[in-house]
Amino acid sequence: MMSTVLSARHLNKYFYDPDKFQVLKDITFDVQSGEFLAIVGKSGCGKSTLLYLLSTMDTDYDGQVEMAGTTLTGRNQDFLARFRNEHLGFVFQFHFLLPEFSVLQNVMLPGLKLGKYPEKVVEERAMEKLRLIGMADYARKPASKLSGGQQQRVAIARALINDPTIIMGDEPTGNLDRANSENVFAIFRDLAAKGQTIIAVTHDPDFAAGTDRVIEMSDGMIINGHETKDRQAN
Amino acid sequence: MDLHIASQIARTHLLAKKRQTLVAMLGVTFGIAMFITMISFMQGVNQFLEDSALDASPHIRMYNEVNTQRPGLIEALKPNGFNVIYHQKPKNESARLKNGLIMAQHIEREPGVLGVSPQIATQVFYNNGPIQLSGTISGVDIDRENRLYKLTTRLKSGSLKALKTNPDGLIMGSVLARKLNVQLGDKVTVTLPGGGTRILRVVGTFGFGVGTVDNTKSYANISTVQEIMQRDPSYITDIHIKMIDPLQAIDYGKRLRTMYGYYTEDWATANTAILAGEKIRNMLTYVVSITLLVVAGFGIYNIMNMTVINKIKDIAILKATGFDGKDIVAIFLLQALFIGFTGGLLGLVIGFGLSYLLSITPFDAGDFLSIKTFPVIFAPKYYGMGLLFGIVTTVLAGYFPSRKAAQVDPVSILRG
Repeated sequence: MMSTVLSARHLNKYFYDPDKFQVLKDITFDVQSGEFLAIVGKSGCGKSTLLYLLSTMDTDYDGQVEMAGTTLTGRNQDFLARFRNEHLGFVFQFHFLLPEFSVLQNVMLPGLKLGKYPEKVVEERAMEKLRLIGMADYARKPASKLSGGQQQRVAIARALINDPTIIMGDEPTGNLDRANSENVFAIFRDLAAKGQTIIAVTHDPDFAAGTDRVIEMSDGMIINGHETKDRQAN
Repeated sequence: MDLHIASQIARTHLLAKKRQTLVAMLGVTFGIAMFITMISFMQGVNQFLEDSALDASPHIRMYNEVNTQRPGLIEALKPNGFNVIYHQKPKNESARLKNGLIMAQHIEREPGVLGVSPQIATQVFYNNGPIQLSGTISGVDIDRENRLYKLTTRLKSGSLKALKTNPDGLIMGSVLARKLNVQLGDKVTVTLPGGGTRILRVVGTFGFGVGTVDNTKSYANISTVQEIMQRDPSYITDIHIKMIDPLQAIDYGKRLRTMYGYYTEDWATANTAILAGEKIRNMLTYVVSITLLVVAGFGIYNIMNMTVINKIKDIAILKATGFDGKDIVAIFLLQALFIGFTGGLLGLVIGFGLSYLLSITPFDAGDFLSIKTFPVIFAPKYYGMGLLFGIVTTVLAGYFPSRKAAQVDPVSILRG
């Protein structure tokens, strides 16, 4: 039942400003369906760069990325936007929600954009996702009135709205206090248990320790891509 | 691209910054309102001047241009000789249109001609006691003249019928009558440059609302003027022609000139100053209005640019969650369009209000023009133009910030 949902082949990336500098050096790895993967490493090791490259938002690289059976290298922006909409969910470190919209609208927007379901159904689905993360009571509140931790939970609900192939998180707990971090992690853990593929960049050792597999990076290279023990025990 | 979501997001953005939206809107509103007011007023003035000029003057006037320039005989014979001529008298040439009445009959039968009025016009002095004023007198068939100039509606006192029944009657320009201090029934002495004198009785006064006419002109019977001038009953000096379509007058006048050999003058030539003034006023209207709209456009450009910068995180999030460049352009362009459309509509309403206020503002033009308030035209096409200009300006002003928004690189924003 395990199948490869993401494969990265020989990824190289350079920064040109201020000097030519190789950020990623020949990165090759696969992600299996249902895996909860953490990418760790010191600041500046290229882990965030790698994530944004996998997210299809950064297209300036050498190598090949394939996701859900689709080659994403060399596609145009509109195709990639459509692909992100359908297959990817994002949880960011700093910017969570659109402040002028209600919580429910924030969750609904990517669903409305996809246009797979009518608006009523998208709304029901959004409520369902909000219930899943325990934020259903806040559905009608403006997003700007929520605390950071609450916003991050709503961001996870938004990432889930189109039943994405992969959820990507860039330091999803990086800007949260301990209690909220644990809360958010618990939600991720829960989703992973239901078979959701998750890739998260983190420097929180507790977070990494709770995942199925940790990829450790240093100086643009993968130095260790082991599976954590409890996964192996399963 | 999904316009429904884009418009929903655009609406939320606009409502979130109500004051900023209002300021941007008011810029357009002001521009459009001024455009409407100016164009309605300027076109009103143009129309009024054109109408009064056209009403009071014939579409074509045919007359014999008395040309007294002629070389001396000796000059003609010996052009290279040393010729000295003192006090050469000009040739005596009559202003008469030969066979004028027959020509008038022919012209009247032509298609496109509304009416023809053959007349005899001359300079005169009007005397009433010690007052002497120079002016003109036109001997006319008053019924024909009435058909051309709607004299019945121009009469201030008296009647046209009184002129027909009284061979010594005179219908006088209202300002001229006031200056001469004469009223209905009073007598005026008319003296011609050639020497003829006659006492005529004022049986009516008229006012065209055009100073040059009301100040100087009087109507008398054609036979009376012929008599004072001691001419025969076929003597006429002018043929006035009105066409059904004034624009045809220019070509038709040229045709008449080649046909009959007499000088013709059409209304456009006679009123060159008015038509030139019209062009200048039109130009001025457009220059000022477009300047106002461009200023409003820059206002919108600035506000949209600020909005894009303020919303740059939102744009990044939207792009990350699958909105493409076209969606982003639509979101911001719709905002500009909304500002342009509502601001424009409000501008039309205010423009209409200002035009209306102007149209009821008392304006005393004295004797020169017969208006009591400013002339203003309320034409739907100006309102359409105003709205169109407003929308075009805002779309242009909104497009560049929108494109900038579409080119936002989400990675650099989201990485913090």
